[in-house]
Amino acid sequence: MAISRGLSGRMIDRSAVVGARYMSSWWRSVQPAPKDPILGVTEAFMADPNPDKVNVGVGAYRDDNGKPVVLECVREAERRVAGNLNMEYLPMGGSVKMVEETLKLAYGENSELIKDRRIAAVQALSGTGACRLFADFQKRFCPNSQIYIPVPTWSNHHNIWRDAHVPQKTYHYYHPESRGLDFAAMIDDIKNAPNGSFFLLHPCAHNPTGVDPTEEQWREISHHIKVKGHFPFFDMAYQGFASGDPERDAKSIRIFLEDGHHIGIAQSYAKNMGLYGQRVGCLSVLCEDEKQAVAVKSQLQQLARPMYSNPPVHGALIVSIILGDPDLKKLWLKEVKIMADRIIGMRTALRGNLEKLGSPLSWQHITNQIGMFCYSGLTPEQVDRLTNEFHIYMTRNGRISMAGVTTGNVEYLANAIHQVSKSG
Amino acid sequence: MDSVFAAIVQAPEDPILGVTVAYNKDQSPVKLNLGVGAYRTEEGKPLVLNVVRKAEQLLVNDQYRVKEYLPILGLAEFNKLSAKLILGDDSPAIQRNRVATAQCLSGTGSLRVGAEFLAKHYHEHTIYIPQPSWGNHLKVFTMAGLSVKTYSYYDPTTRGLNFRGLLEDLGAAPAGAVVLLHACAHNPTGVDPTVEQWEQIRKLIRSKGLLPFFDSAYQGFASGSLDADAQPVRMFVADGGECFIAQSYAKNMGLYGERVGALSIVCKAADVASRVESQLKLVIRPMYSNPPIHGASIASTILKNSDMYNEWKIELKAMADRIISMRKQLFDALTAKGTPGDWSHIIKQIGMFTFTGLNGDQVAFMTKEYHIYMTSDGRISMAGLSSGTVPHLADAIHAAVTRAS
Repeated sequence: MAISRGLSGRMIDRSAVVGARYMSSWWRSVQPAPKDPILGVTEAFMADPNPDKVNVGVGAYRDDNGKPVVLECVREAERRVAGNLNMEYLPMGGSVKMVEETLKLAYGENSELIKDRRIAAVQALSGTGACRLFADFQKRFCPNSQIYIPVPTWSNHHNIWRDAHVPQKTYHYYHPESRGLDFAAMIDDIKNAPNGSFFLLHPCAHNPTGVDPTEEQWREISHHIKVKGHFPFFDMAYQGFASGDPERDAKSIRIFLEDGHHIGIAQSYAKNMGLYGQRVGCLSVLCEDEKQAVAVKSQLQQLARPMYSNPPVHGALIVSIILGDPDLKKLWLKEVKIMADRIIGMRTALRGNLEKLGSPLSWQHITNQIGMFCYSGLTPEQVDRLTNEFHIYMTRNGRISMAGVTTGNVEYLANAIHQVSKSG
Repeated sequence: MDSVFAAIVQAPEDPILGVTVAYNKDQSPVKLNLGVGAYRTEEGKPLVLNVVRKAEQLLVNDQYRVKEYLPILGLAEFNKLSAKLILGDDSPAIQRNRVATAQCLSGTGSLRVGAEFLAKHYHEHTIYIPQPSWGNHLKVFTMAGLSVKTYSYYDPTTRGLNFRGLLEDLGAAPAGAVVLLHACAHNPTGVDPTVEQWEQIRKLIRSKGLLPFFDSAYQGFASGSLDADAQPVRMFVADGGECFIAQSYAKNMGLYGERVGALSIVCKAADVASRVESQLKLVIRPMYSNPPIHGASIASTILKNSDMYNEWKIELKAMADRIISMRKQLFDALTAKGTPGDWSHIIKQIGMFTFTGLNGDQVAFMTKEYHIYMTSDGRISMAGLSSGTVPHLADAIHAAVTRAS
């Protein structure tokens, strides 16, 4: 009971007086949240009526007509799923078949680690869900650890580890002057971090910069991480999308595995299988032995249970069917390469157009960078001008989603960029 | 290299999902799974509703369908229809834009997102859950950062509602505390308050300024009527006050593994609902970014098409009726056997589950000797029974109750 004293000093039972009609909202003081910096861009784009508008904001693939794509292999898998299977709950750890196939992609088709059952793995809600599950797991079992996150990174990484209550630090990554990798500073940060820190790594197609270490640089990174006993956690959202070859895109991970690290990996099928809205992914943690993998998996499940009980079945079925059927898998690999090649083609075209326009700036980073995104180097003010004057939508950090560039809009885009940047 | 996770021990099996794991290992031909609450047909098979299959075909045949990310709050059309389903088509709260709705991952996901929102934005971080409640409630709320207390609910002597205890305990709760209410078909007991009792609960909660959080996992499944099962929730919304509602389509649409649900927060005013909505996004984004598209698309297809909606209602009522019939058959079987004790609670309780009143020893006996699987609290899923298996269960209960201890 809420008792208070009235003016006369008598006790008043407020709770008897206060009813629903007299109370104001519990949420009166809830502030309007800022828009998500990435997803808010598409919202703004959708609201714009201008016919020339271009969306190079969110990282979802578009074909050369600017249309979303559902892969042929996916359509076929869906036809096989519809009407044939029930919708029973998956186990907490998700589809065993899907997870098995997914591990092969990351760890290698014939990986000894898979044969020895040393990998604890669960189906997760795409890359976000896999990262969040890992962050919760890290908090629970290494409560005194902190996560090192590259600068810059996908903005949601910061939100994920924050909501999991894991303290975060940053490490140098992008070098603005060269629009490349700040390798020396990155190695310094690895060396200076307290032993046993957790490091978030983008194994390929770094988001948002598109800047990836070379193979030699990866070997050195692996070496220094090993010396310090750090835990390497890979967020792999673009396997196959970077070079067009999934094996090649997993090279950094394979280097770490050769060096004996016990890694964690978040894998997503959002982009490379075009399953975005289905939320299909996988979290894996490499353990010392099978017994430990069983224990770790059981603990990961304990974290999934109070979040969503068990993961969604439909997307997992699609993945299992595609990767489990040699012909469909071949078709998928072909379709992934087509997507990656189109993006590489657009990089060449955008750079070519800017150079043709006589831009005083260097644009070679457009073709040096890899994957879905190009870190243009444009300032927030220049980005605002692109949006306000040219109806071009991108995140204010100057990140261009190359997937949104088409032969139809690349000249318009190049011209607009040139206009806002030509004065230096 | 040593693993940083070397010291991790294996987690115990989830008490509910673990039952199915054990059942699957059993080789006996007469084994019976009365554990997890998933509907089974008379033949003991999982059921995909015809109307769901229809919706699925429509989706797969639509060549224009894409798989783009949904917005963070999910499919807008689904959200509107879900809110209408639980609050009523003509709900003034909806008409006045006082309801913020987010598509979430079934009931669990809706509860978790709601709980995280409360932990972040609400001044009271205690939630009262009924004793007993679904085992996962405690984990969900604790993980979100709320502290969990209980209020009296089930009376083992009557196998009914401990109404006086409930009123006392909620009456003693601090102002502003959150109260979890099972909208209908209480899990695990099947014991629901009457309409009159709900009205008293409502008055008490409002006068104490407590915040109600409804878990609606069985709308339509309890009585067979969607509107009747939604009545407690609608009573609370009709008084103009605020509440949280977690909805699940796992059972009533049979969409279990597709993880379809919605969290609705009914606010006092439209501008509040709008701000609340924006903050919900910040809870969801770092959890899974946006919800899965497939199941919500199926649900939406059904809800918005009046023929399909009517078909759904008919199939839903058939499921509810079959369960009610199982209750009657089990009760009749035990009565005919002269099994000692009062078994009327089997037909008085409602929804998918019966709280048999069997103790842990008796449950273990029934598993060992009769290969009948249930949770150790004596909860049986009526949906797992059929006319063919009722006799076996009745035999087992009879043996468990009459054996010398």
